[in-house]
Amino acid sequence: MPASTVLKAPTAVAQRQRRANLRRNAFYIALVGVGLVAPFIAYPVFLMKILCFALFACAFNLLLGYAGLLSFGHAAFLATGGYATGYLLASYPGLTPELGILAGTLMATLLGVLFGVLSIRRQGIYFAMVTLALAQLMFFVFIQAPFTGGEDGLHGVPRGELFGVISLRSNLAMYYFVFAIFLLGYALIQRTVHSPFGQVLKAIRENEPRAISLGYNVDAYKLVAFVISAGLAGLAGSTKTVVFQLASLTDAHWHMSGEVILMTLLGGVGTLLGPLMGAGLVVSLQHLLAQSPLGNWVSVILGAIFVVCVLSFRSGIIGELGAIYRKNFK
Amino acid sequence: MSATATSPASAAVLETRGLTKSFRGFTAVDDVDLSVQEGHIHALIGPNGAGKTTVFNLLTKFLPPTRGEILYRGKPITSLKANQIARLGLVRSFQISAVFAHMTALENVRVALQLRLGTSFHFWKSEKTLDHLNERAMALLDEVGLSEYADTLTVEMPYGRKRALEVATTLALDPVMLLLDEPTQGMGAEDVDRIVALIKRVSKGRTVLMVEHNLSVVSRLCDRITVLARGAVLAEGDYASVSNDPRVREAYMGSAENDAEKARASA
Repeated sequence: MPASTVLKAPTAVAQRQRRANLRRNAFYIALVGVGLVAPFIAYPVFLMKILCFALFACAFNLLLGYAGLLSFGHAAFLATGGYATGYLLASYPGLTPELGILAGTLMATLLGVLFGVLSIRRQGIYFAMVTLALAQLMFFVFIQAPFTGGEDGLHGVPRGELFGVISLRSNLAMYYFVFAIFLLGYALIQRTVHSPFGQVLKAIRENEPRAISLGYNVDAYKLVAFVISAGLAGLAGSTKTVVFQLASLTDAHWHMSGEVILMTLLGGVGTLLGPLMGAGLVVSLQHLLAQSPLGNWVSVILGAIFVVCVLSFRSGIIGELGAIYRKNFK
Repeated sequence: MSATATSPASAAVLETRGLTKSFRGFTAVDDVDLSVQEGHIHALIGPNGAGKTTVFNLLTKFLPPTRGEILYRGKPITSLKANQIARLGLVRSFQISAVFAHMTALENVRVALQLRLGTSFHFWKSEKTLDHLNERAMALLDEVGLSEYADTLTVEMPYGRKRALEVATTLALDPVMLLLDEPTQGMGAEDVDRIVALIKRVSKGRTVLMVEHNLSVVSRLCDRITVLARGAVLAEGDYASVSNDPRVREAYMGSAENDAEKARASA
């Protein structure tokens, strides 16, 4: 192969890369635009619910899609963030919501460190089982602990004033705050995936023994990914508590851990947009079906959709769309 | 370098003393004393089930030994972890080609180069901060004849090329010693020749320990050979002395003996 072609090849690739980046940026700008006008078209509280679950699913996807770890206990982080924020905001009226959310996120992150240290050495199904067991432990803590309201949960959490200035009582103001949090969390995930750390994580997912033989302490990398994921799941839970002004056991139940798997797989695991899509779809379906005569059949219908999805398009909605796009437009 | 490499008095890079591994009472590796000299290409051969791969996994810390000691340049490394061994400069390969399938060839090599950068935990930095490694990665790909594959996803590369990529990735760590686990396993004759030439080339200034079935490869490459049988060292020496050893020929019986025979005839 002549030297000139060798030298030319990377620049052609760089150009293609630049064009792809441009397209991606344009797409993201359009998406943010949609997010900004959405509350004037749809009910803001409904949109906030989607955003909270989307952030939760994105955090989960970071772990499953990019580190190859299937956690079956992510509800624990959602709930810990939610309860911590709820308790703090309800007990200390002077506390501003952003500090409450920050504290909740920190609590979930710390719990993530603890869970991670205990579970990260296990592989595959054992990892899933250990995380499930730990999450169940947390569920019983939330039932028994004096500050969680037991079966009733925490109610009447004040939304308060953002930075002590902007009242979040209006749903519109609240929406833009939640939207900003979502974008922040999403940007962090996007950056993590496309970082030096993300490269090593990808290598570990592709071939763990080889990553070890190249000198990487793979458990440490997995732990960092786990903690970031837990922290962001906590952020989603904290934000959700402020939006709905309550924290309940539903968030800590293992159903919730299952639901986030459903959202992620439905939308497309290992894609950056998949979890957003999946969360939007699941929350919308729950909402629509709950109001229809099929209200009692929500779980059955979601289950059927899940089965069809897993059987016929394994890479999820975004994964399939991406494949079609690559096939026809490249 | 080469002067010390050929002298018999040169120092051992890697040594084992009484290395033993038992699995629930079955002794797979039994009291193995091994000494790999600086600059040598050292082969570990033996019939199926002789414990070659187990020894290999013990040396690279993918298995903990039941008893015995492993020394690197005279210092014990028995208690180190697999990834720490790599940081010392002992880098292993695998029986099946070990590449990162859904990364490009360039990214494969770059991941290895990244290790010394010290930013591998920086999840807040852009991956563009790795771009300055591309030049070095391209040079390494060029060295194994893969520059045209730089932007190809590894999963789409032919098998022989994957093995070459593995070598490039290993070289990225600039290892003191290469530990190759059956580098020509499952390859056609043409690929075998290419890999043999490649190993010969990259072994300059390095030490190589390889597990290998293909005795013609061993005869062409190796300075010293250790024969294992039933977990213990049966014989050691250069190819001629080992292949003439009646105990070795007995252990190899059947088709493997014919192979040895043929290889000797062609050598």
